[in-house]
Amino acid sequence: MAADLIIILPEILLAAFAMLGLLGAVYTVKDGLASAILWATAAVFIALAAWIGVTGSGTNVAFDGMFVDDGFSRFAKVVILLSAASVLLMSEGYMRAKGLLRFEYPMLVVLSVVGMMMMVSAGDLMALYMGLELQSLALYVVASLRRDSVKSTEAGLKYFVLGALSSGLLLYGASLVYGSTGTTLFSGIVQVAQDDMSLGLLFGLVFLMSGFAFKVSAVPFHMWTPDVYEGSPTPVTAFFATAPKVAAMGLFARVMHDAFGGVVADWQQIMALLSVLSMFLGAFAAIGQSNIKRLMAFSSIAHMGYALMGLAAGTVLGVQAMLIYMAIYVTMNVGTFAFILMMEKDGQPVTEIASLNMFSKSESGKALAMLVLLFSLAGVPPFLGFFGKLYVLRAAFEGGLAWLAVAGVIASVIGAYYYLRIVFLMYFGDPSKEGLNGGKSPVLWTFLMASAVIMVVGVVNMFGVEGMAAMAAATLVN
Amino acid sequence: MDNLLSIVTFVPALAALILGVFLRGEDAAAQRNAKWVAMFATSATFLVSLFILFEFDPGNTGFQFVEEAEWLLGLQYKMGVDGISVLFVMLTTFMMPLVIAASWNVETRVKEYMIAFLLLETLMLGVFMALDLVLFYLFFEAGLIPMFLIIGIWGGANRIYASFKFFLYTFLGSVLMLVAMVGMFADAGTTDIERLLTHNFASETFSVLGVQIIGGMQTMLFVAFFASFAVKMPMWPVHTWLPDAHVQAPTAGSVVLAAILLKMGGYGFLRFSIPMFPVGSEVLTPMVLWMSAIAIVYTSLVALVQEDMKKLIAYSSVAHMGFVTMGIFAANQQGIDGAIFQMLSHGFISGALFLCVGVIYDRMHTRDIDAYGGLVNRMPAYALIFMLFTMANVGLPGTSGFVGEFLTLMAVFQVNTWVAAVATTGVILSAGYALWLYRRVVMGDLIKESLKSITDMSSRERAIFAPLVVMTILLGVYPALILDMIGPSVAALVTQYDTALAAAEAATKLVSN
Repeated sequence: MAADLIIILPEILLAAFAMLGLLGAVYTVKDGLASAILWATAAVFIALAAWIGVTGSGTNVAFDGMFVDDGFSRFAKVVILLSAASVLLMSEGYMRAKGLLRFEYPMLVVLSVVGMMMMVSAGDLMALYMGLELQSLALYVVASLRRDSVKSTEAGLKYFVLGALSSGLLLYGASLVYGSTGTTLFSGIVQVAQDDMSLGLLFGLVFLMSGFAFKVSAVPFHMWTPDVYEGSPTPVTAFFATAPKVAAMGLFARVMHDAFGGVVADWQQIMALLSVLSMFLGAFAAIGQSNIKRLMAFSSIAHMGYALMGLAAGTVLGVQAMLIYMAIYVTMNVGTFAFILMMEKDGQPVTEIASLNMFSKSESGKALAMLVLLFSLAGVPPFLGFFGKLYVLRAAFEGGLAWLAVAGVIASVIGAYYYLRIVFLMYFGDPSKEGLNGGKSPVLWTFLMASAVIMVVGVVNMFGVEGMAAMAAATLVN
Repeated sequence: MDNLLSIVTFVPALAALILGVFLRGEDAAAQRNAKWVAMFATSATFLVSLFILFEFDPGNTGFQFVEEAEWLLGLQYKMGVDGISVLFVMLTTFMMPLVIAASWNVETRVKEYMIAFLLLETLMLGVFMALDLVLFYLFFEAGLIPMFLIIGIWGGANRIYASFKFFLYTFLGSVLMLVAMVGMFADAGTTDIERLLTHNFASETFSVLGVQIIGGMQTMLFVAFFASFAVKMPMWPVHTWLPDAHVQAPTAGSVVLAAILLKMGGYGFLRFSIPMFPVGSEVLTPMVLWMSAIAIVYTSLVALVQEDMKKLIAYSSVAHMGFVTMGIFAANQQGIDGAIFQMLSHGFISGALFLCVGVIYDRMHTRDIDAYGGLVNRMPAYALIFMLFTMANVGLPGTSGFVGEFLTLMAVFQVNTWVAAVATTGVILSAGYALWLYRRVVMGDLIKESLKSITDMSSRERAIFAPLVVMTILLGVYPALILDMIGPSVAALVTQYDTALAAAEAATKLVSN
């Protein structure tokens, strides 16, 4: 028992931190502490990421296999913690300016992060569901943080209703799987699935995948994404686009490989279909968007398509490619949202793409960083985003899905159009129209620049992420 | 000088970084500094690259000055040059100082302009030196970004359409090549071009969805690479982005595009398609030859009716690139010699022609042929230089334009007489459109009021043309200068191609028996 508790110590500490923070703030000065709590939370995230990243070793199983702490989960946790910390740090200025800096905000983020850490470590359907719901409930609330805005409450409600539906699908799938195999442990399911893949188990698998597809916002379960992205306060959107996506992808990979690793052929086609639909819908639907947050929603749908391409390969290389892709994707999105948070006109935040007209004239440094990020998002070499695509393409090709690789690159050309459109506005728009002004924030500026520099310099050796992802993938797939 | 190639490649990028970080302000002094830094960097690159030329051993058909280092994903950073690529490197370093000099009149966003061109030089040099598939792709694709910005920011009235078309067209072509590269990596287990050159890709016929694919995997790979290089060349019928891009690009952008960027397609055919997929090349050679012949005749006819000078020269470029693809796919010594020669000489000639247009565009701000006439009366020096390059474009013996056309025609005559016959009419048509252009712009009486005060070329402009004139005539009179350099490598390439084909044929016979 004590040994089990030591294995999940990071999660326990984080949960305890959330409760102490809530209690402390409620009984003292409430929102007056919000700023301090936010900084403390970010610090705790970074410290935990360092702790998990540096000291973690081997594969440790707690509570009879319900909780797994292995290289894969540690990789995902470090990415989740670091991206959550970055987004929190980025959001402070915006939330304060909008009067949204309540002490509940960082606490809800902490709770959802606990859920995410639980998700990527789940070794059992119950643990999986617990983590997933903890994460989702916290996110539903954060989405409607701006209570007096119709769009924000709509976003929260929509997210909640559709999220509940997907949870229902998932639970139904879980019950079918349990009914067919007699166990909720992944290690038990994998054996039964290998020996005897019954129809009920297959249905269960499909329902489980539908639930996960909703969480990673893969087509055709993506409908909530643009509305939620648009309606939520921008820092919350930035959060949605990063950490939860990594967690959901990690969970997806874990279930597919730990519980259904022996029957890759049964889920490979579904995964490939999700991937190809997401890539194309993301590419086409983003073309018509005039709001940059909606555009980023479709962009993230397309990017999830590429990450799923790695998973569809069903190999170690595929999981490694997915992890690398997600790490790069999160870095790009942190930078892009730092830029979006800085878009201001006369002190008011702006999300219209058209307002970026001739941005390079007034802010050449920021425009250049954004240019790098946009080309990186489009997957144009020599930036790091290209290497992410190269990894998943290679994984798909070697996994026998050459057609998926071809579809992926064609979608990336279509997708390049809308990223280029932003470059076009920033660099060769109409000089007579008025553009943005203001939006000076050293914190956001630092994140934007750091992210752009990583896109360029990371090409040299990817800061060693490649090797770590390889080790993480090897522990998952065996 | 162990990493001579890396030094040559990255000096311009370093200068761009210095400009970006240290140069502040938009005033006249800052603009002048930006121009001089760019001029100094490109000239230094050229001087250093002369070491490559002098130390290069033409007798050695392997790669020289090779540098190698480990990289991500089992890729490597590997650079090297052989007889096929070394002269393209020299062409690039030679043209860039001229391009910078030709941009001396740019006034808007000078710093960004120079940075874009310097980065472009690094990327172009990288394309010709890269000896790793992905490294090649990286340089090849990344070059789109500065060119997109050059057309989009400093281009003409319709620049936005042209820049998007340029980017998306070429991007679509190249991503298919990327998939093929991933496939080659999976098949051969390496992305090292030197090792891939000796790897035999499967050429057994198989069927996909009921369609028989003769040449099997090699044909598929060939088609994917062809999609990229044919767009880049550009070949008919995927050439339509080129006239738009040329017309809208600033003069210097057009020069780079015509003189260097177009050569990447031809270089790609020689580096990848012919040696790595000989069976695939053989299968599709008739198609490529006929596409080239159509390109030559069709685009020459289109050039005849153009009213915009740049568009006319752009179409003539497509026609001349037709000779290049024809020569490459004739796949014999004369053909490939001629194709490389034609590419180099076209680099000088078309670059010079776009500069010629730039000279009068700077004065009159129009490219309409109708707006000119009788320039010889006020611009004798200009008339002389323009005539030289017009004649070279036509392929007059004694200029470098003649040698390439003659060699490629002779080569293709041995392979496919009909194609040669059709293509030869293109030579006549080229004389038609080029001389007619010259007559309408330069000859006759100077009757247009607006032209009465036009001035002849300044000494800066004369200085830009001088090296181009020297190269055009020198190579026309003494082509061995180039042919001796490339000969052994081309001979090795042709031998390898023929051997591979013979082996594949023997293997098929063995199976059918």
